[in-house]
Amino acid sequence: MLQTLLRHRLLWPSITLLLLLAVNAAFNPGFWQLQWRDGHLYGSVIDILNRAAPLALVAMGMTLVIATRGIDISVGAVVAIAAAVAALMIGGELVVKDGVQTHVSRFPMGLAIAAALAVAAFCGLWNGLLVARVGMQPIIATLILMVAGRGIAQLLTGGQIITVYYAPFFYLGNGFLLGLPFAVFIAAAVWLVLHLLMTRTALGLFIQAIGINPAAARLAGLQERLITVCVYVFCGLAAGVAGLVISSNVKSADGNNAGMLMELDAILAVTLGGTALTGGRFSLAGSVLGALIIQTLTSTIYSIGVPPEINMVVKAAVVFVVMLLQSAEFRAALRGWVVRSGNQRS
Amino acid sequence: MTSAPVLEARGLTRRFTGVLALSGVDFRLFAGEVHAVMGQNGAGKSTLIKLLTGVYPADAGELRLGGVPVHPTSPAAAQRLGISTVYQEVNLCPNLSVAENIFAGRYPRKGAAGLWRIDWQRMHVQARALLARLNLEIDVTRLLASYPVAVQQMVAIARALSVEAKVLILDEPTSSLDEEEVNRLFGVLRQLRSDGMAILFVTHFFEQMYAISDRITVLRNGELVGEYLKADLPPAALITAMVGRELSAAVGRNDNPEIAAGAPLLEARGFGRRGQLQPLDLTLRRGEVVGVGGLLGSGRTELARLLFGLERCDSGSLFIEGQPVRFDNPVQAIRQGLALCPEERKHDGIVAELSVRENIVLALQARLGLWRYLSRARQQEIADRFVHALSIKTADIETPIALLSGGNQQKAVLARWLATEPRLLILDEPTRGIDVAAKQEVMNQILVLARSGLAVLFISSEMDEVVRVSDRIVVLRDRAKVGELPGNSSEQAVYHLIASGT
Repeated sequence: MLQTLLRHRLLWPSITLLLLLAVNAAFNPGFWQLQWRDGHLYGSVIDILNRAAPLALVAMGMTLVIATRGIDISVGAVVAIAAAVAALMIGGELVVKDGVQTHVSRFPMGLAIAAALAVAAFCGLWNGLLVARVGMQPIIATLILMVAGRGIAQLLTGGQIITVYYAPFFYLGNGFLLGLPFAVFIAAAVWLVLHLLMTRTALGLFIQAIGINPAAARLAGLQERLITVCVYVFCGLAAGVAGLVISSNVKSADGNNAGMLMELDAILAVTLGGTALTGGRFSLAGSVLGALIIQTLTSTIYSIGVPPEINMVVKAAVVFVVMLLQSAEFRAALRGWVVRSGNQRS
Repeated sequence: MTSAPVLEARGLTRRFTGVLALSGVDFRLFAGEVHAVMGQNGAGKSTLIKLLTGVYPADAGELRLGGVPVHPTSPAAAQRLGISTVYQEVNLCPNLSVAENIFAGRYPRKGAAGLWRIDWQRMHVQARALLARLNLEIDVTRLLASYPVAVQQMVAIARALSVEAKVLILDEPTSSLDEEEVNRLFGVLRQLRSDGMAILFVTHFFEQMYAISDRITVLRNGELVGEYLKADLPPAALITAMVGRELSAAVGRNDNPEIAAGAPLLEARGFGRRGQLQPLDLTLRRGEVVGVGGLLGSGRTELARLLFGLERCDSGSLFIEGQPVRFDNPVQAIRQGLALCPEERKHDGIVAELSVRENIVLALQARLGLWRYLSRARQQEIADRFVHALSIKTADIETPIALLSGGNQQKAVLARWLATEPRLLILDEPTRGIDVAAKQEVMNQILVLARSGLAVLFISSEMDEVVRVSDRIVVLRDRAKVGELPGNSSEQAVYHLIASGT
């Protein structure tokens, strides 16, 4: 029992997260406190969950792409595009009609959201076709959209920050359901759907086989190109959902900065979660943990009062140490070193 | 022909982790001759070449070049001595120009002591001159990749000649060339020969060897069988020398009475692909094991890949139970009940990090599709059944397949296909790299399968295996079918057909 636990792939990501939470709690006595106000839960932990949700969404999409031996560095740009499309189509204003205040959107909100997600899925389709049909290397194929997509988002927003004035839209990123932030439910729902797909259909087996040995997978009769395209489409879609949550949260769309460098955080989250960049075996739950680790780390840095100008350096140092600790090779080397120096002393 | 050899090796010996790859081999190469080195796989041809060109040092024996003992320690050192090599795969840089490839690593320089910049003009002039020697006039400033493989091969030879070579070694230079290109290469070789170059030529193609070479050295199991003049060694004698025994006479099996006389399961007419397999006819019936006999490079694997839709055929037609079919990808072939155990087990067969269970159910699940997911219990049941039936030795079915021995990996890949209940099983080298006992088990399995009504296409480079299990043997040579033999033929008969073929 203990052996299984020790060998479990989520052990180290979990330990890392708990350590970070403990550090937070040590510096900030009120860290674990939760308050119930107006039917909502408030507190640092809730805040971390809420802020980590978009990253977790993107990281889940990224996990599947990485499992097929690919990578998608355009997700940040797709976040910006989806946010821009939604903000543009909703726009919104407050109208007083017969003495009653009502929110009016440019297009129905459902249509706007559907359009934003469709555009995001199309971005994924573009990436997938470049990788699976044209045969480009994933990093190059998605680099195109990473650069061009940011341009498209800026074009859509006219280089400005588009503010949304339509309260129902704010629910996605600011609303609460059963006391918890709604964004957490979105991320949880996506995870649940993926989890069911992986355990109740052959998708998990197929993705792993393609990631480990594409030639053998093809020979065994897998439609490896189709599956690869679908994985990129899903990754785009996940980034689109994250874009909606982010723009709803800040009540605006910023073509220049929305989702900036998010691809790197997502890749980091996937790696922290124990999925190797070489493809094959993957862990969705691990990537979610990875996203939580990154968000916790960010709030730790703020809560312990690291000066803003060096917080990137601190973050980098912590990530470096975490990566080392998660490497089985490094732990083995460390153990050998400790044993040897112990022997010398005695 | 001068009386003293240009290159002479005496008693060359080399071991690899205790296994004797080359044992006391003598070899002579004279100026102005083309000397072929022949032998089966593992005979020691490539080891000999690698010792001559300094890739490995010899454990024992000596090497003389023009009578002087030499000890090349690297291919570059051998090249400085005047031994140049052109390898089987063109190993040039496709993204550099032709001239850059010819002079890679020793660009002509300007200025005192060549310290100044590269002298492009001189390089291009010299490159053109070298290629002119090979009767090739091309734009040397264009990228190598813009030329066909045959021209790239010529460029590789030009590169070999650019260093004042006395000895030119060609390791299977024709394996990627078509007939016309081979003729052109041979024209060049004949010219070099008349210029006094000593040429060592390794090939698997008998016809080509007889067309170009003057002298033949035969190796077998790392030992020298003999050195012959071409005229003294007709094809039949060459094969006996290569195979090394009076081939066992008929040990074949009796015809299988179960074979349905009715419509064939699979019929191919004029089926082929340019540059890979010349159009051939092939018929496979239920319950029949059809062996494919032929040497390496005879088109065996190409036939398997074409039938399975991994490559598209560009001539002829294919029928399954009388219905015309066309396979553009394996999915279509699998849907028609075909299965292929590929030659490269590691590259095309196993999915290393997945468990034995996952590897076994992979093809069946692929056929069922994404949504009709086999439950874990069902997967375990299937895996257990095949692990037992094929006696796959594994700690349990959750062990990653990479931890199994080669023979057990092979059986797991076989199980993967048997789980799909195919109608036609193509086995490409199913016994390669596995030990004798495992070989026997795999072969027995094949026979059992055929008895149960499966059609089997059995490809192996071990001719005794082909002869032993096959009801009928299709003989290939130089990527074309040269004939068919009944199942109880002797190995001798197969080799005879390969050697004499129409």
